[in-house]
This record gives sequence, C-alpha cells and structure tokens, in this order.
Amino acid sequence: MSNHEHEHQQPPQAIRAEALESLLIEKGLLTPDAIDEVIIRYGERVGPLNGARLVAKAWCDPVFRQQLLEDGTSAVADFNFEGGQVEKLVVVANTEQIHNVVVCTLCSCYPWAVLGLPPKWYKDPAYRSRIVREPRVLLAEMGLALAPDIEIRVWDSSAEIRYMVLPLQPGESVGEDEAQLVERVTRDSMIGVAVL
Amino acid sequence: MDGIHDLGGKHGHGHVRQESSEPAFHARWEAAVFAMVNAAAASGAFKNTDRFRHAIERIDPVAYLSHGYYGRWLGGVETLLVEAGLITTDEISRKALEHGADASDLIAARPGLVPDPQGDPPVNSMSDRSLNRPARYKPGDLVRTATVVQSGHTRLPAYARGKIGQVIDVHGGWVYPDTNAHGRGEQPQHLYTVAFTGSELFPAPIDAADDQPESSQDQNIRVCLDLFEPYLTPATSGARL
Repeated sequence: MSNHEHEHQQPPQAIRAEALESLLIEKGLLTPDAIDEVIIRYGERVGPLNGARLVAKAWCDPVFRQQLLEDGTSAVADFNFEGGQVEKLVVVANTEQIHNVVVCTLCSCYPWAVLGLPPKWYKDPAYRSRIVREPRVLLAEMGLALAPDIEIRVWDSSAEIRYMVLPLQPGESVGEDEAQLVERVTRDSMIGVAVL
Repeated sequence: MDGIHDLGGKHGHGHVRQESSEPAFHARWEAAVFAMVNAAAASGAFKNTDRFRHAIERIDPVAYLSHGYYGRWLGGVETLLVEAGLITTDEISRKALEHGADASDLIAARPGLVPDPQGDPPVNSMSDRSLNRPARYKPGDLVRTATVVQSGHTRLPAYARGKIGQVIDVHGGWVYPDTNAHGRGEQPQHLYTVAFTGSELFPAPIDAADDQPESSQDQNIRVCLDLFEPYLTPATSGARL
C-alpha cells in the first residue's frame, strides 16, 4: 500500500501502525506474511458461521443442546474451531421469558472461535457503557424491542469465560434441516442484540 | 485502575452505530496491528494477555476514545515493545514522520519509566488452574463486592463495586489478572459468576422523573459478572434473585 497516496486521508494511528510495521520488519520481529495470514484467518476461516452451526445443531438435536448448555467448552471441542479467545465457553439460552445479551465493558472480550472478530460497535464506548445500565432502552434503539415482562440478562465478560447466546428457533423454521437452519442464524442473534 | 477503559454505566457515549456487511478489518493497518501484537508476544515483549490488557488501559485516555479498537491495540503493543527494550519511542516516531505523520499527532503509547517485571511465563496457555483450597462461596450465596481498587490492573468494573449480588456459578481456580498483569505471578483464585439486579448496580436517582428513559426502575434486569474471590466478601442480606 502506498503511503504517499493516502497520507492525507489516513488517521494518525494508521500512519503510526505502518511506521511500527516497517520498523518491526527491519528488526526481524515481523514478517509481511504474518499480516496476510491474519487477514485470511479472520476474513475467511473464523467467523459467525461456526456459532451458527452450533445453534442449528442444538435446535435439531436435544442431546447436543443439553450438552452445549451444560458444558459448552466440551460440546464444541469436537468442532476443532480455531481463532482463540475461548478457554471456557458458556452458552446461554433465550426462552420466552428470558433474553440474554453479551458485552465486555472493560475491554472487548468476545468468543472469537465461534463468532469471529467482534463488530466495531461491540468494541465502541456506546455499547459497552449503555448495555449494562439501560439494556432494554439500548436494545430497542438497536431494533430489538422487548416487552417489559421479559427478563434481560446481561453477561459482562469480566474474566476468561466467553459467552454466546442460543437464540430461540423461529417457529416457521421447524422441520427444516440443519443446513437450512444455519442460514437463518445471524451473528447479532448470538450476541443477543437481535432475535430471529 | 479507575481508567478510561472502564466504561460500564458511563453516560454520554451516544448511539450505537451498526454497519451492514462489516469486514473483519476496515483497513490493512488494522490487520497489521493484529499481526504485530502476535509478533510482540512471540518475541517475549509480553507473556500473558492480562499484561496486554493493562498496557491498553494505560494508553493516553484521549487516544483510547478516539483511536478505535486497533488504535488502542497499537498503543498497547507499542508500550510493551518499548518497555521490553525491543524498540524505542524515538525510533517509531522518526519512522512515523517518514511515513507522513505530523509531529503534533497524539501518540497513544505510554511506556513506563520503570516497567513492571516480566514475571514467569504462563504455566500453560490456558488460564484455569487447579486449587487445593476449597471455594469460599457456593451457588445461592450472597456476596458484596470490594469498594476500592488499586491503581493497577483489575477485572472488577467500577459500576459493580460495593454491590451485593448472588453467586450463580462456580468455575474453580483461574489465573488472577490483578497480579499476573504486573509480573507478580499467576496466584490462581476461585472464580464465580455473580448476578446483580439492575437496580442494585444503578439505583434510581432521588429526583428521577417518571418518564426518565433509563432503566433504573426496570425490575426485570440482571447483570452477571465473572468475579475472582478476592473481590468478594460474604453478605448477609440483600436482594435475592
């Protein structure tokens, strides 16, 4: 990437990142390949499709569903997901009475291995500050209006446990096979800022 | 530490802006920062994630809010690379000027004059550790969170300090971030999930208007945090969930 073409549009942190990159390459601490590997890994291989496969399987297979909710870490071990950031996975199930939503107020912890890298809004101050204080108001702003009698449970990922929401299966999808169901599951429904 | 990173419950940060079809990285430099963090870990600039998180907490607070997620990572990794003696701030700044930076640009990194010792490398890549002392609390127990924190790294957010909640899960021993981030060892502690009512964490103000849009009167909110045993003392009364 040419620095000179972009230098006037680039934010200062982008310029400094490029400077640090070239310094680390000069010193032999970084190879350019490592950057391409990161782009391919998180752009293509690690993403919310992994979580969607878990959700679809849980909808179809009551035994797997129970295992996923009781011990998410071992339930997903067989999938061999890469991506890191999940030492212990806790999957929390939405019900007609309880809606779950995930945040990390102190940094931006997120279950990379099952959901990929988090969206920008998840890492920004607005979401991190408000979702613990006024979740019903904020979710409504984000397009999810929950009735006052639905309990909202906010999971603030303050240690190494990572959380993922098991959304309710849409009624009209009952009877579809797992491959069809995977297509229905969105990233936002597994963070808990949307329903299906 | 009472840092800018501790955002839970803060007012004034506006609306959440969602993007459709968001890419994993918005620009190549973001992926480069990701790779540089991996490279810094591989070269021994930091030995555990707690230390990296604390380096991010120590960046310039204005940069924390304005440089974005990967800008924060950049400030954190630059801090650690300098503290480890692998590069100097002058070297990066010189290079940045060559790349078109302005001398007045805000620099996020804040290397310490006397960095914490590196401490031991992790026992293994996971953070759970077996403990031979029993857990002090069990599910159902009421606990009160600590009211004060030290200036260093901690995972007890400000909004959950001095509050009463109920233990809903126990997770065994886990590496203690408060010491591990500072090269003072893993010192594993029992870890618990503790649930709080929304109104315990954010009581309604005395002069709350009936039409106030906040949720402090909302009785149907629970916030759950994963808290280490040293943050907790027994509570004898409080709202059961």
